[in-house]
Amino acid sequence: MPPSVVLVTGVSRHLGGRLAALLADDPSIERIIGVDTVPPPRELPLGRTEFVRADIRNPLIAKVIATAAVDTVVHLNITAVPRAAGGRASMKEMNVIGTMQLLAACQKSASVRQLVVKSSTAVYGSSSRDPALFTEEMEPRSLPRSGYAKDSVEVEGYVRGFARRRPDVSVAVLRFTDVIGPGADSLLLRYLRLPVVPTVLGFDPRVQLLHADDALEVLRLATKSGRPGTVNVGGAGVLLLSQMVRRAGRVPVPVPAPIVHLAGGAVRRAGLLDFSREQLSFLEFGRAVDTTRLRTEFGYTPRYDTVAAFDDVVRHRGLAMRVQPAAVRRAEGAILDAVRAAAAAGSAGSHRG
Amino acid sequence: MGDARVIPLHGDGNGDRADPSRRPRPVPASDPGPEADRPDWERRIAGGLAFLRRRITGDYEVDEFGFDRDLTLHVLAPPFRPLYEKWFRVEASGLHNVPSTGGALVVANHSGTLPLDAVMTALALLDHHPAHRHLRMLGADLVFRTPGLGPLARKSGQTLACNPDAERLLTMGELVGVWPEGFKGIGKPYGDRYKLQRFGRGGFVGAALRARVPIIPCSIIGAEEIYPMIGNARTLARVLGLPYFPITPTWPLLGPLGAIPLPSKWYIEFGEPIETGSLDPDGAEDPMLVFNLTDQVRETIQQTLYRLLLQRRSVFR
Repeated sequence: MPPSVVLVTGVSRHLGGRLAALLADDPSIERIIGVDTVPPPRELPLGRTEFVRADIRNPLIAKVIATAAVDTVVHLNITAVPRAAGGRASMKEMNVIGTMQLLAACQKSASVRQLVVKSSTAVYGSSSRDPALFTEEMEPRSLPRSGYAKDSVEVEGYVRGFARRRPDVSVAVLRFTDVIGPGADSLLLRYLRLPVVPTVLGFDPRVQLLHADDALEVLRLATKSGRPGTVNVGGAGVLLLSQMVRRAGRVPVPVPAPIVHLAGGAVRRAGLLDFSREQLSFLEFGRAVDTTRLRTEFGYTPRYDTVAAFDDVVRHRGLAMRVQPAAVRRAEGAILDAVRAAAAAGSAGSHRG
Repeated sequence: MGDARVIPLHGDGNGDRADPSRRPRPVPASDPGPEADRPDWERRIAGGLAFLRRRITGDYEVDEFGFDRDLTLHVLAPPFRPLYEKWFRVEASGLHNVPSTGGALVVANHSGTLPLDAVMTALALLDHHPAHRHLRMLGADLVFRTPGLGPLARKSGQTLACNPDAERLLTMGELVGVWPEGFKGIGKPYGDRYKLQRFGRGGFVGAALRARVPIIPCSIIGAEEIYPMIGNARTLARVLGLPYFPITPTWPLLGPLGAIPLPSKWYIEFGEPIETGSLDPDGAEDPMLVFNLTDQVRETIQQTLYRLLLQRRSVFR
């Protein structure tokens, strides 16, 4: 049965807002209710979406679900950016307690038939003992102990519990790799926009990306089809961090790991920059996932692979390129010409002599 | 292994010996069209500059494992060629036993304190196999944890020694190399040279069975003598978090000079493939079958080592 009343949490953020707008264009859906703690920004038109300013951490959400007879809940209000949530403590509360409240409300409701949850491949952790690609069945080699990754693990735990208690509800868990796109806020872009990009000396992680357009399409398909299950969602292939920094024309500054860890802790405690231990180990070992299930069972092949997604963002997001590819090409030509000229002069000279 | 077949070892080689003309040509970097009539040195400079430009702008490809073919061919492999050809004078034989396409698992003995045997085996297959195959090696967790070494290992095509990775590479049709003795083999005392250690838990056999690819036993002679390990500073090793800390006649006595390997003469023999295609892939779940196959591979390598040792004239010639 196709969804008729859809509730989208986290609607004031990029992905949530765009999904609500997309669903609003679909005449087969009767009502779309968007929930968030802050009103959606003006540049995010939500169409006929009804906005409810509510905190999913309080029981008000249960009332909304009951009165509107919501049948499909799309839970996108899990954030990786502490500052956007007002600090790490409130981010954790939003992510974990918010999910618990939402699931409690869903469990009580007789109308809910379908739940779609945005999760993250961060649940696989990041370590030197990782296989090259994680499939959905694999357990993390080192369980994430902090930050967004730990939140995601906990959220998935509660979602599994919910699925056990309400077997009649179809539950889809979409594990996104880093989402990147013109307009989408992401830690990765904030990181690349630093004046110089600090990397961990002697490490070069593999990074897999998902273009925001593909993320949106996967969310729409999951909402419309009601297909249950856990799916890794990411573009094909990987980029090395060093390669990424260079493709964006940025300047990397390798820093020895112990200093990164010390400085990272200090900076984090001082609240200057948001990043967790998990992100530090990600900067060392990276992560990539197997997306066979997405392509075969779920039935969607991302339009952008990792490289295309990244290049699209570099092109549209105007990352100030310190190193211009055209300039490098010109320098290459100039050096080659100089070498040729010198050789020609040399051989001319020797002929004369 | 009852038959005492004499296999020509020195010289007349079936064309497996070093022949620089058959080395993989560096991929022409940028439009070679108008460059074709330029002198050789000029094309080289152009190629080098194009390589630098690709590096500076990040314009190259890596696969999901982090393998960087461009870097491997142009930067990582070349420094080892003099070591292969001039220093160790490696003679590789039985390369025809390695298929030109499709997956196969090369299983070899491990020795020499530092894993130069793995590098030389990879170079033998890259330079002297008719299909110039890249050997995708399986390495220990320690490799990927070590700053500097970890990314280099990934970029040169290695990945973590674990079943999912081995199977994935094999089913992708890659040539995978594994040294099942691990640290027990490479860090064994000089007195134990050419005595194969335990072959792990036979995980590699399971991977080959599931991927239905042949197992190619590979025997390496000469690597045992490059850094003869006469002692092991266990406490120091533990402090440094290493599996062993070698003491050789020159290390750490002579400092950095101790890092120079002795110029032993090397032989690498790729044996006849052990086919797994006819076996049931579910056999990977049958511990008896896995143990038997593991033993068969181990015995083959051990017997080949003994035979090659008997035929060797001296360690250094």
